[in-house]
Amino acid sequence: MASMFTRVLSGRNTAVIMAGLGAGTLVSSYIMMTESGVSAGEKKKLYPPSADYPDLRKHNNCLASALTPAVYGQLRDKLTPNNWSLDQCIQTGVDNPGHPFIKTVGMVAGDEESYEVFAEIFNPVIKDRHNGYDPTTMKHPTDLDSSKITSGMFDENYVLSSRVRTGRSIRGLSLPPACTRAERREVERVVVQGLSGLKDDLAGKYYSLTEMTEQEQQQLIDDHFLFDKPVSPLLTCAGMARDWPDARGIWHNNEKTFLIWINEEDHTRVISMEKGGNMKRVFERFCRGLKEVERLIQERGWEFMWNERLGYILTCPSNLGTGLRAGVHVRLPLLSKDSRFNKILDNLRLQKRGTGGVDTAAVGDTFDISNLDRLGKSEVELVQCVIDGVNYLIDCEKKLEKSQDISIPPPVAQSKK
Amino acid sequence: MPFGNSHNQLKMKFSSEQEYPDLSKHNNHMAKVLTPALYEKLRSKQTPSGFTLDDVIQTGVDNPGHPFIMTVGCVAGDEETYEVFKELLDPIIQDRHGGYKPTDKHKTDLNPSNLKGGDDLDANYVLSSRVRTGRSICGFCLPPHCSRGERRAVEKLSVEALGALTGDLKGKYYALKNMTEAEQQQLIDDHFLFDKPVSPLLLASGMARDWPDARGIWHNDNKTFLVWVNEEDHLRVISMQKGGNMKEVFNRFCTGLTKIEELFKNKGHAFMWNEHLGYVLTCPSNLGTGLRAGVHVKLPNLSKYRQFEEILKRLRLQKRGTGGVDTAAVGGVFDISNADRLGFSEVELVQMVVDGVKLLIVMEKRLEKGQAVEDLMPAQK
Repeated sequence: MASMFTRVLSGRNTAVIMAGLGAGTLVSSYIMMTESGVSAGEKKKLYPPSADYPDLRKHNNCLASALTPAVYGQLRDKLTPNNWSLDQCIQTGVDNPGHPFIKTVGMVAGDEESYEVFAEIFNPVIKDRHNGYDPTTMKHPTDLDSSKITSGMFDENYVLSSRVRTGRSIRGLSLPPACTRAERREVERVVVQGLSGLKDDLAGKYYSLTEMTEQEQQQLIDDHFLFDKPVSPLLTCAGMARDWPDARGIWHNNEKTFLIWINEEDHTRVISMEKGGNMKRVFERFCRGLKEVERLIQERGWEFMWNERLGYILTCPSNLGTGLRAGVHVRLPLLSKDSRFNKILDNLRLQKRGTGGVDTAAVGDTFDISNLDRLGKSEVELVQCVIDGVNYLIDCEKKLEKSQDISIPPPVAQSKK
Repeated sequence: MPFGNSHNQLKMKFSSEQEYPDLSKHNNHMAKVLTPALYEKLRSKQTPSGFTLDDVIQTGVDNPGHPFIMTVGCVAGDEETYEVFKELLDPIIQDRHGGYKPTDKHKTDLNPSNLKGGDDLDANYVLSSRVRTGRSICGFCLPPHCSRGERRAVEKLSVEALGALTGDLKGKYYALKNMTEAEQQQLIDDHFLFDKPVSPLLLASGMARDWPDARGIWHNDNKTFLVWVNEEDHLRVISMQKGGNMKEVFNRFCTGLTKIEELFKNKGHAFMWNEHLGYVLTCPSNLGTGLRAGVHVKLPNLSKYRQFEEILKRLRLQKRGTGGVDTAAVGGVFDISNADRLGFSEVELVQMVVDGVKLLIVMEKRLEKGQAVEDLMPAQK
């Protein structure tokens, strides 16, 4: 038995030979090996990748489309420098087969290096999710110069509120699926310390989830700021809700127009928002706030995770690049009933959601309209795209009010660098 | 996350204080025992398969518990967990299992002829009788920690072993991911089908990963002997039937288990067992016998009697609703079963249920006739 093992474990055709033998034989051999003590790493190799390859036949997510047995075999035994594994990246996609209509991503990163070590699976997933963006050949543009924005003031008869959000990760600390309690607490400490340096219209306060008073909690709920422990199995299966609510919290400025979530799905989620249609001002504050926070953490030797292929690194591949969602709550009673509405949105590279956010339905005639894309276009480009697109939608609405005809716009160019 | 992760080494960069969980609002066995000093002592350890202290306690950290119900708050990832982390688990076991000491020995007795009586519980009151336990297979990690390959190997072995059962134990396996609509409906109607766990106590431990891969239900053609594969434990074994013949249920239970154990041994696999902890299962609450013997019994009068809880306590019995753990009783029908698992043998526990339920029925009948029952109050067992 022992000699069979040494031959098999060293061979390149290990997977083929072992798959042929079947798990039953392996197991008996393993039992004989335990007496001499087999370490965790060696134990794993007693099962060939084919024995561990997940059953994805009923799955419809980006992971399942890309994870062939060959790719799994090549990556299964690799670890990032923080000892994060492929199985841990893909657990959420294995546990959540997906929806016939909505294609979820199905995997997460545990640290910055995940995108590198497991590039063979992340790259096709990124390509699938981000319209053909190829990290091996393309570069992602970052542009947070809000002065470039034009026509950023919407007609407030239609636009009720404007909002821009993104995420940022602190380099050197593991991401929410993988982080230890100490790392998570360190993220909280680093970010809260940085935020305490913000001044003037950005000056604010931190509310830790473990320590907030009943009153503070109620106020945050009334302001629609409070986030709760994730219930979506997409998130809980990825391990990001561990140790809740330890080291989680909300920071916001006194004016309630700049808000940061700490240690929810990402290290930080950064949100700029206000009632009304002044998207230009919302974006200006967004960029200024982000740059200021970056400067403050850099003073203490920290920085955000970023590289020129993938832009800002976040937990979910769907948020790479800018991680940016710029959107409005807008009333479109006539246009939303027009059969061309969805096609118009498609061509403008916009998506609609209900006013409760992702996976909610629209209430009345008010929709959440935001950019579809995240990666391959800069922040300025995406926000401009939303501004131009929403202006077009409002124009359509006005035309329909006057019983004039509307037309479907030509498709906005996608990034193909 | 509970994988063979050497991620534990990364944590050693941080001090024990920085990693110690916030248990200030917690009420479970783990939180009572895990002091900062103990955390510091154990955090660098891991079992040979890579299960760490944080893996053991994650479910207890994520689930602070209930003011009234004391949950365990930790799980084992493999057989060695109970050894490597004994300084944490021994006091928890002691607290949970009525003072069972680290030096105590557990007696296993699966000889059904040692049970006295039990074949004549009054069927006007006892609607059904059931005995369940669990078994783990040596050499494989437990549900919180196993890889897909291991879980599938457990399934394959189990299906082969169960496939060799004969006579009234002969039956069929239904894999969760392959069953037809018709099979699924039948299993639901028979009350056999188990579903993906929804309890956060179970989910937080990682045992629902990869659902429904390698999970399934085996039962005999008579529908009186049932095995769950890869739910909360490698195997859960259940013997049940309508009516009050607990002796017959226990006979079949012991015969079936003994046969299954033999079939596994023929394939070179033993069940996890040692003389201190008895049968080793995922949750420390199920150590020893892992046995819950119970009946569904009508006690509409006795259940309203002011001393009902006290009687059960003295008889070492517990009540549940007829939906199982965490459900309420419906129409005066209660699930009455043994409260203990460890420190008593299988025969002793079933004897307690048989004798106890007999007494409960006598008391119920008295109360029906408006007669007193104080003279029947049992002594503390």
